[in-house]
Amino acid sequence: MDEHLRNELSRQGIFVTTLEELYNWGRKNSLWPLGFGLACCAIEMIATSMARHDLARFGAEVFRPSPRQADLMIVAGTVTKKMAPQVVRLYNQMAEPKYVIAMGACAISGGPFKQGYNVLKGIDRYLPVDVHIPGCPPRPEALLHAFMTLQEKIAAQALTGEQRPRHLRADAPGAFPVPEFGAHDLQPPHNPEVWTPPRLARES
Amino acid sequence: MTGPDSSHTHTDTASPPAWRRPTYELRPQAEGDGRMLEISMGPQHPSTHGVFRMDVMLDGERVVKLKPVFGYLHRNHEKIGESTTYLASMPYTDRLDYFCSLTNNWAYALAVERLAGLQVPERAEYIRVILAELTRLQNHACLGGFLLQDMGASGTPLMYAFREREKILDLFEALTGARMMCNYMRFGGCRCDLPPGWLERARALVAGFPRFLDEFEALLTGNEILMSRTQGVGVLPRELAINASITGPGLRASGVNYDLRKADPYGIYPRFSFRIPLGDHGDVYDRYMMRVLEMRESLKILEQALRDIPDGPIIDPKAKIRGFRPKPGEAYARLEGPKGELGFFLISDGSPNPYRYRVRPPSLINLTVLEDLCLGHHVADVVIILGSVDIVLGEVDR
Repeated sequence: MDEHLRNELSRQGIFVTTLEELYNWGRKNSLWPLGFGLACCAIEMIATSMARHDLARFGAEVFRPSPRQADLMIVAGTVTKKMAPQVVRLYNQMAEPKYVIAMGACAISGGPFKQGYNVLKGIDRYLPVDVHIPGCPPRPEALLHAFMTLQEKIAAQALTGEQRPRHLRADAPGAFPVPEFGAHDLQPPHNPEVWTPPRLARES
Repeated sequence: MTGPDSSHTHTDTASPPAWRRPTYELRPQAEGDGRMLEISMGPQHPSTHGVFRMDVMLDGERVVKLKPVFGYLHRNHEKIGESTTYLASMPYTDRLDYFCSLTNNWAYALAVERLAGLQVPERAEYIRVILAELTRLQNHACLGGFLLQDMGASGTPLMYAFREREKILDLFEALTGARMMCNYMRFGGCRCDLPPGWLERARALVAGFPRFLDEFEALLTGNEILMSRTQGVGVLPRELAINASITGPGLRASGVNYDLRKADPYGIYPRFSFRIPLGDHGDVYDRYMMRVLEMRESLKILEQALRDIPDGPIIDPKAKIRGFRPKPGEAYARLEGPKGELGFFLISDGSPNPYRYRVRPPSLINLTVLEDLCLGHHVADVVIILGSVDIVLGEVDR
């Protein structure tokens, strides 16, 4: 719709919108995170929801203890190989539309503990991560920035066409396979639907 | 499910030790009556303080058996410590108990200083004491908030606690550049000197902190709901506390006068006058009160340290940052962290890496009595008891 026409109408007390905008506006301003902390970053996540940083300004202060009521999973901390199956299972239990923020160096890549034998080298091997936040731990402002980034991402989604979100695609999976403990490592080591090992391109 | 394996000795005999007797008798069960309910609390649970799991066997609402399951945050801390240089382990100690990074730094620095025979200058000792006591303040304040959160006081006490914590973290950030992971202590001193105006800010914080404590206590200490939920719940007997080598406020709540700042003084603690609060019931309420009283004592130490801090160098000039290789030997150093006795044991073989790097985590050892504390109580009390033990999973699992 023409922006000038809309401004003119709103000046005269007429509010016009599209179904798509209304839908996205509702979704992006009531993201309820799963109250679920893994390690150090969880403390900064709690600090973000407290008085000084006030996550409630973004409509996201309602930390739900149950994945059934949550829209957003903040993977806050180191995901170990013992914990990774539970994280994926929690994600599968969340209702669509659902989003994932990988908070902190450990959640995005293993971070300082990457060399450890028990540390998963990034949760994006099993889950589709929407926003990555670097930092060890990221400051609360960084988490707020991630929220705003996610809100922008949601606002840009369409109800039809190529830009539509995953939960509106009939062929997109809503649940992802839960890894199991194999002989040496988690099986499978990564989910090929969401992550492929980076390929090194060398010039010959 | 197998039998409880949380006994405190590794020499399992047929009869349990005399000091460990169950406080609850099983109700006689009818044939084939599946009245027992086994539930798994965690690893994702709103009040398990991280990724901790408890397999709880319930008879109605009563806890009959409790089996802690951990390892969900095992981050190979000790193995990484053995494969990196001494200094490179310093940032990892921040992430052990991520509430108290500065006391972790100090404990590790103490162990390495003992190993390498380094002297710490006067000013650095004062800075260390100031930072350690500030850490204790914010840890205990947050513990109170989380404990009340577990009890159902959703939000308010935790918000008050985090308001104070943010003020302390501002001081840490001004000094070290990081809010939580300070990485500030160095072997033989500290990394950098105090920025201008820092001491005045710290004095203002210490002067204003009793007001927060009064507010906190007016809200909570005499609160009828808090008292009825916590008094007589999760009693830790004195003998059990000693035998299970519980340390920290949990031990002192049971009436054992043992604080490393007095019992085995390190740093310059003998110079300060402060008292050790002791409880006499050993229940959750006493453990809560220990934290409140310790915060008041920490303020006394802070006032004296901020008054007396001298000028001077902040690091031993003999301390080498690069190419640091202590002589072969071993050292154990411990200090009274906010959660209990935190110790580091190091074996050096003369190489840049420690041959053995071992942490004595207070959280893990305080957690071993969890089943004894919870037996016979309601399942809703389990989260309170766990909250009052004050664990951080980064330190439990390492």
